[in-house]
Amino acid sequence: MTAATLLPYDEVLERFDPVLGLEVHVELNTRTKMFCGCVNEFGGEPNTHVCPTCLGLPGALPVVNGKAVESAIRIGLALNCTIAEWCRFARKNYFYPDMPKNFQTSQYDEPIAYDGYLDVMLDDGEVFRVGIERAHMEEDTGKSVHVGGATGRIHGAEHSLLDYNRAGVPLIEIVTKPIEGAGARAPEVARAYVTALRELMLALGVSDVRMDQGSMRCDANVSLRPKGQQEFGTRTETKNVNSLRSVERAVRYEMQRQAAVLAGGGTVVQETRHFQEADGTTSPGRPKETSEDYRYFPEPDLVPVAPSREWVEELRKTLPEPPWKRRKRIQEEWQLTDEELRDLFNTGAVDLVAATVDAGAPVDEARSWWVQFLTQQANARGVELADLAITPKQVARVIELIAEGKLTNKLGRQVVEAVLDGEGEPDEVIEARGLKVVSDDAELSRIVDEALAAQPDVVEKIRGGKVQAAGAIVGAVMKATRGQADAKRVRELVLERCK
Amino acid sequence: MTEVTRMTAAELAAKIHAGELSAVEVTQAHLDRIAKVDDQVRAFLHVDAEGALETARKVDEDIAAGRPPASPLAGVPLALKDVLTTKGVPTTCGSKTLEGWIPPYDSTVRRKLREADVVVLGKTNMDEFAMGSSTENSAFGPTHNPWDTTRVPGGSGGGSAASLAAFEAPLAIGTDTGGSIRQPAAVTGTVGVKPTYGSVSRYGLVAFSSSLDQAGPCARTVLDAALLHEIIAGHDPLDSTSIDAPVPPVVAAAKQGLDGDLSGVRVGVVKEFQGEGYQPGVLRSFEAAVQQLRDLGAEIVEVSCPHFVYALPAYYLINPSECSSNLARFDAMRYGLRVGDDGTRSAEEVMALSREAGFGAEVKRRIMIGTYALSAGYYDAYYGSAQKVRTLIIRDFESAYEKVDVLVSPTTPTTAFKLGERVDDPMAMYRADLCTIPANLAGNAALSVPSGLSDDDGLPVGLQVMAPALADDRMYRVAAAYEKARDAATGRGVLDQIPEL
Repeated sequence: MTAATLLPYDEVLERFDPVLGLEVHVELNTRTKMFCGCVNEFGGEPNTHVCPTCLGLPGALPVVNGKAVESAIRIGLALNCTIAEWCRFARKNYFYPDMPKNFQTSQYDEPIAYDGYLDVMLDDGEVFRVGIERAHMEEDTGKSVHVGGATGRIHGAEHSLLDYNRAGVPLIEIVTKPIEGAGARAPEVARAYVTALRELMLALGVSDVRMDQGSMRCDANVSLRPKGQQEFGTRTETKNVNSLRSVERAVRYEMQRQAAVLAGGGTVVQETRHFQEADGTTSPGRPKETSEDYRYFPEPDLVPVAPSREWVEELRKTLPEPPWKRRKRIQEEWQLTDEELRDLFNTGAVDLVAATVDAGAPVDEARSWWVQFLTQQANARGVELADLAITPKQVARVIELIAEGKLTNKLGRQVVEAVLDGEGEPDEVIEARGLKVVSDDAELSRIVDEALAAQPDVVEKIRGGKVQAAGAIVGAVMKATRGQADAKRVRELVLERCK
Repeated sequence: MTEVTRMTAAELAAKIHAGELSAVEVTQAHLDRIAKVDDQVRAFLHVDAEGALETARKVDEDIAAGRPPASPLAGVPLALKDVLTTKGVPTTCGSKTLEGWIPPYDSTVRRKLREADVVVLGKTNMDEFAMGSSTENSAFGPTHNPWDTTRVPGGSGGGSAASLAAFEAPLAIGTDTGGSIRQPAAVTGTVGVKPTYGSVSRYGLVAFSSSLDQAGPCARTVLDAALLHEIIAGHDPLDSTSIDAPVPPVVAAAKQGLDGDLSGVRVGVVKEFQGEGYQPGVLRSFEAAVQQLRDLGAEIVEVSCPHFVYALPAYYLINPSECSSNLARFDAMRYGLRVGDDGTRSAEEVMALSREAGFGAEVKRRIMIGTYALSAGYYDAYYGSAQKVRTLIIRDFESAYEKVDVLVSPTTPTTAFKLGERVDDPMAMYRADLCTIPANLAGNAALSVPSGLSDDDGLPVGLQVMAPALADDRMYRVAAAYEKARDAATGRGVLDQIPEL
C-alpha cells in the first residue's frame, strides 16, 4: 500500500475548514454487567465471566443494571445534558461472531441523556465549548482474537477465537455535536476534549477510562469543507484511536489526507478508517458495498427506563467540579505555568501529584517526580502511570529523605526504581541495599584527597580559576562512593582544597 | 376405579397425596400410555422417563415420611412444550438448528415445576420455534390429532394439546404468541390458557416474538388449568417484562364457577368474530355455548371491536419483525447446527449455510418478512403502523371491558383440518389464529374451553373467553361454570367421546 499524499498543514487551513465529530465509548466500572449478574472485570480466563444471558443462549433474558443507569445519568448531568424522563433500549441488528445475540442492546432515538456540552481547556488556557449530542447506554461485544494473521487483524488469519468476558459490559457512548470553528486547533480540540472527558469520568468515578485496555475508545469523524461553505463535506470515521496523543494525530492526519484528495480534484470516500499507531497514518477499512442497515427497533425484552426527577436531582448533587474549572483551580493553587499545567495533565499525573502532596511532599518536588522520572519509568515499563507499583505515600517518603539529606537525588531514583521492582518500602530498600549518603566528612575528605591526587592537572585548572573543572573531581568522588555522597558537599570540599 | 390416565390432575393429586396411588405408579402409567400410543400421535419429541420417575419417587418418599406435598400438584405428570429450556434435557424448539442442544440452565417455568414436584414426562412437539398453527412445521414431523390422526392437532403447541387428548399426560405447558395454546386446545377438545402477558416468566422460553410470547397451562379441565396456572405464574426478577403483582386467584375463581351461577356477570360477544369464513358447525356450537352462559345467569351483550379485523395483518408484521431479531442468534458460532465449517469458509459463510440448513420454510419466511419490515425506509410503514394498530386494539378492548366483564368468541374459525391441507397456503394457515391474536396484541388474558363437538364433522370446537389484563380469574370462573353446565347437558365430558387410539 502506498502512503497517501498529504497537504502541508498550513495549506490545509488556507483552503479548508475542518468539522469534527467525536464518538467516545466509555466502559462503566459497575460491579456487574449491563444486563446480567456476571462480574464486570477486565481480563480473566476467556469465557469465564459468562452466563446464559451474556452468551445470548436461547431463552435467556436481560435485566437492566440499575447502577449503570445511575452512572449514565451522572455522566449526562456532568455533560450538561437533559436527562430523558422516559427512554427505551433498542436493538441494533447485525451479524458478527463476537456478538452473542447478533444484535446489540443499545439506545437509538431515545437516549438517556441529550443536548449538552463540555467546556475543555486548550493548552494556552483558552476554554472551548464542545456540544454534546447525546449519551446513551449500551452493552459491549465480546472480543475476537484472530490467530495466524500477521497483524492480528481478520485478513489472513487462520482461525479466530472468541472471548465473551467483555460481552455485556456496560458502555456509555457519548457523541458530540459537529465541532466547528476550531480551525487549526481542531486536532488539539479533539485531544483536549477526550482528555477532559477522561478526567470527568475519573472524577465521577464511573470508569477506569483506560484507553490502552479499551475501557475508553474514541472514533474520530473528520470532514473538510472549502472555506466559506456552509454544508459539511464528506466525512471519514477513524477507529482504533487508542491514546490521547493518537486522537490528535489521527485528526491531523485525516485533515491533511482529505485536503490532498480534495485539492487534487478528487472526492473523499465516506468510509471507516483504521489508525496506525506506529506511523500515525490511517488506512481504509473493508469497503462496504451498501451502508449498514441496523434495523433498530425498541427492545421488547426490556421495559422503559423512567428516572424520577427526584432521583436525577439527588444525583446532580454528586457531580464533581468541571474539568476546566479544576484545571484553573489547580493552576492557581500550585502556581503553575501553562506549560507545567499541560504536562501535569497530559501525563495523567494530576491525581497522583495531589495525593503525594497530601502525603506531605512539596508541590514542585511531587510534580517533578511524577511528570518526569516516574513518567519515564511508566513508558519504559509499558504501563500507565497510575499502574506503577509505587504509591504517592512512598514517593512522598523518598522526597522527604532527600530533603533531610539522607538521600541524594540520584540515590532517590535508585530507591524508587527498587520500589517499582517490588523490593519493598523506601526505608526497607535503603536498609537492604545499604544505601546512604556518605556524610562523614573525614571519610569524604579522604576520598576527595585521593581524587585530587589522582588528577593533578585538574587541580591546576581549578586553581587557575576554572571552577567548572571541579565537576571532574566531583564525578570521580561520586563514582568512588557509588553515588552515596552528597554532591554539593563534595564540591564544597573540592573547592576548599583548591583555594 | 377410573383408569389412572383418564383422571384429572386434581383427582390424581388427591389420590397421590392421600396415599391411595403412588406418584411412581401414576408416572409409570403415563409412560406406558406414551409407549403405547405415541407412535400414532407423536406428541413427544423427548421422553425423560428417568427424570420423571426420580421426581415421582421423591414425592412418594415425602408422603411416606409424612411431609406435606410441595404443591397441590406434587406427583402429577406433565408434558412440557419443547420451547422451554430444561437443564440437562434436550430442547429443540422443533428445529434442526437446535437438534442435540442440551441447555445448561432451567427456564423459570421448569424451575417452578421442579420446586412444585410436578413430574415432567418429557418435551412436546411444536411448530418450529412456535411458528405455525398445525405442528406440521416441526422439523421432526407433525403431531397427529388424537380425535382423527389424519388431522392436525393445531399449533404451534400441537404436541402439548395432543398429549392431553391422548391421555398421555393430564397436564401440559404451552406457549401462546398468537394462539398457540388456545387454538390447539380448541381442536383437540382440551383446555388451554394464555395468561395475562407478563404473569408467567419468559425466562428460558426461547423467544419467538418477545412482546407476544406467553407460557400458560394446558389441561383437560378448567380447574386443572387453574391449579397449574398458580404454580407457574408469579413475578420473576429475571424477566423484566414480568409483572410484579399478585397472581389472580384463579383456583378460587374456577371453584366459584363450579357453583354454576353466573348471575351478575356481563359477557360480551365479539361481533367481528362470526359470519363469513367460519365453519357453520363451529358457529352453532358457539351460539349454543352463549345460550348456556345466558342460562347460567350471565348477561349477554353484543360488543363491537372494530379494529380486531386489523389484528391479523398487524400481528404478521410485529411477530416476524421480533422473530427476525430473536432468531439471529442461531448462527452456529456457539451452539446448534453448524454446516460448511471445512476450514476454507469464513465465519459469515458458515453462518449463512448453517441458517439455510437449520431453518424450515416458515421460519425463513418470517425472518425475511421481519427483516424487510424493519428496514430503513419501511419501518414506519410496516412496524410503525402495526404498533399503531396494536394501540387501537388495546383501546377496543378497553372500551369493551367498560361494558362487560369478559368477552367470548369461537377460539378458531374451523375444527381440525387435514394434515397437509394448508401447508402450501400460509394465509389459510394464519387465519386459524384470527380470533386469538387480539388478546396477544393487547397482552390480555384469554382461554379456550371445549364447547362440545361440531355437528357437521363431529370434531371438537373451542369457546374463547377473554378477560382484561390481571383479571384472569374472571375467565376461569366463567369457563368453569360453562364447562360444568356443558357436561351436565350432555351427560358426559367432551373427551369421553374421543375414539380409542
